[in-house]
Amino acid sequence: MIDSPLETEDGRVAALESMVKLRRFEERTSNLFADGEIPGFVHLYIGQEAVAVGATSTLDSNDHITSTHRGHGHCVAMGLDPSRMFAELMAKDDGFCRGKGGSMHIADVNAGMLGANGVVGSGAPIATGAGVTKKLAGDDSVALAFYGEGAVSEGQVHEAITLGAAWDLPVIYLVEKNNYAEGMPAERIFRNTDFEDFGDAYGIPAETVDGMDVVDVYEAVSDAKQRALEGEGPSIVVAETFRYNPHSEGLDMPLPEEELEYWKDRDAIETFKDELIEQGELTAEQFEEIEDRIEAELDEAVERARNGEPPEPEQAYEDVFTEPAPDIEYHRANLGRDQL
Amino acid sequence: MSQTITQTETISLREAINQALREELERDDDVVIWGEDVGESGHVSNITEGLYDDFGAERVRDAPLAENGFVGAGVGAAATGLRPVVDIMYADFFGVACEQMLNQMTKMHYMFGGQLTVPLVVRASEGAGLSAAAQHSKTTHTFLSHMTGSKVVTPGTPAAAKGLMKSAIRSDDPVFFLENKRTYTMKDEVPTDEDFTVPIGEASVERAGEDVTVVATQAFVGDSLELAEQLEGDVSVEVIDPRSLYPLDHETIAESVKKTGRLVVADESPLSYGTHAEIISRVNETAFYYLDKPPQRVGWPDTPVPSAPTLENEVMPGRDELQRAIERIA
Ligand SMILES: Cc1ncc(C[n+]2csc(CCOP(=O)(O)OP(=O)(O)O)c2C)c(N)n1
Repeated sequence: MIDSPLETEDGRVAALESMVKLRRFEERTSNLFADGEIPGFVHLYIGQEAVAVGATSTLDSNDHITSTHRGHGHCVAMGLDPSRMFAELMAKDDGFCRGKGGSMHIADVNAGMLGANGVVGSGAPIATGAGVTKKLAGDDSVALAFYGEGAVSEGQVHEAITLGAAWDLPVIYLVEKNNYAEGMPAERIFRNTDFEDFGDAYGIPAETVDGMDVVDVYEAVSDAKQRALEGEGPSIVVAETFRYNPHSEGLDMPLPEEELEYWKDRDAIETFKDELIEQGELTAEQFEEIEDRIEAELDEAVERARNGEPPEPEQAYEDVFTEPAPDIEYHRANLGRDQL
Repeated sequence: MSQTITQTETISLREAINQALREELERDDDVVIWGEDVGESGHVSNITEGLYDDFGAERVRDAPLAENGFVGAGVGAAATGLRPVVDIMYADFFGVACEQMLNQMTKMHYMFGGQLTVPLVVRASEGAGLSAAAQHSKTTHTFLSHMTGSKVVTPGTPAAAKGLMKSAIRSDDPVFFLENKRTYTMKDEVPTDEDFTVPIGEASVERAGEDVTVVATQAFVGDSLELAEQLEGDVSVEVIDPRSLYPLDHETIAESVKKTGRLVVADESPLSYGTHAEIISRVNETAFYYLDKPPQRVGWPDTPVPSAPTLENEVMPGRDELQRAIERIA
């Protein structure tokens, strides 16, 4: 979430800075994973930065998002502290979930980030429910569900949009159409890959935007938010984008070279940077300063996370419930017993 | 000299749940209800009767046929401040809602390091006996108790139903509330005090006895009480309703077994890998040397539920099976 709207020069520079931060964050994540400092499954957001930044730039502090397995970008864009994100990735107690979540479950409730999600499609119903809370509270806020085009075939996404439409909820369903679900190209699954056509079936507005253009994403999501706040219910926004890395780190699943080149030529950060420089809103030197600042911030964040302590083993028993859990204590006591 | 007089009234278990919902809707604006036909269109089991009229369409919401979607919406609403009570109608339909139950509702609090709470109640009716066949009759409470991360309650009396529903709604943890179809018409005394609740995780000794402990759930509570009456003079039966399967108050059960030395567990769920096994295991772990006879299980012999009454009666556990089990060890 950036403070100034993208209609302003400050807002545009801030959006560029945020996109650079997302990418540099993920580059570090990739290296840390390769070096064995991050356990588990890690899905990187590199390539899709304009979607997270454009969409979240429309949000205010009382809005909420739900995210996906590919959630780091959404987190950084929502302003989550990179150091605590790295701490979660590196299985440290200072992580957002105190080491219980890892890459696929980073959440920061205070920032309106209702969690990355390891199950494809599951965020959509949750955002829809947040929409009910917002509607009853009447607090002029919205919920936004990010999900990939692979999730479009999930029944629960269909259920969520149906529910959101039936109840006129202030929700935005944002499809990040990077055209691949693991190794599966969208056109092998969907006879119609123009997902905005789904809007007609639900009877709600739907729009396709260039997901490599941060302003384009911002404008479409702003319009959707405006409609939601005026009581018109949910919208679908389809952002066409691409991911540059394999589905998850360590997988030998490269994307087709030609396609990759096509999208890298339209890289969201490069294009937007050139545009801002051309328009005289930014100089090359200023961009370098931005990059240096981000590099320094992220290096420090990694260092802080690296130096943190892992959670105490006993914490594995905590936070199953909000109250003491007698059954768990009972089983623990039995397992720890030396003699009858 | 002052004395606390607990006022009671005799109502059915169905009315008890309706009262609990009504009182909690009145008490707390964050309480909302949704499910198929719970509002304007009236519910097949009449649990929510009158609530739409009194609390309106915003708080008593008719949902589309989208069980996974609207349980998930319950998770999202609970995570952002509401206290939804979501109605799944027949527990068999948990099959459709399972993703949000298994991976979201019951894991979010833990997975996110305790950052958010999910004060969500999901209720459903379960159990056989209506010739409703395999997809409208199964008990699911064992499977739900095995999920981890949620509480599971299975009231056997109207008082337990009312008190537990109120506690479930007030709980900051997700709760599954299972209503056995055969118990809806059961009538008994229920405290009228609006502050009456039953703590989740406390068993209740419904009848004191000396010879055999019967741990009975749901409709078996009524069955056991009637049977205990009938056997009085020959066998003295103690009846315990655990009321909550997770957490499970095995201490009350073990105390009873220490006195009687004999245990029967009567629960409608399938016998293998089940609720019976868990209760007996805990008694084995905590009161093994007090047992005079092998513990007995009365439950469903692991088939799906058939429709024809002759078939359903054959496999459905009931009073006869319970009596045989008691007499086997008495
Ligand atoms: C319900 C479910 N099915 C399968 C998976 C395994 N899986 C993880 S990501 C993924 C592909 C998702 O594609 P998409 O939604 O387009 O998101 P992307 O990875 O492209 O960002 C699959 C199949 C899962 N996590 N959840």
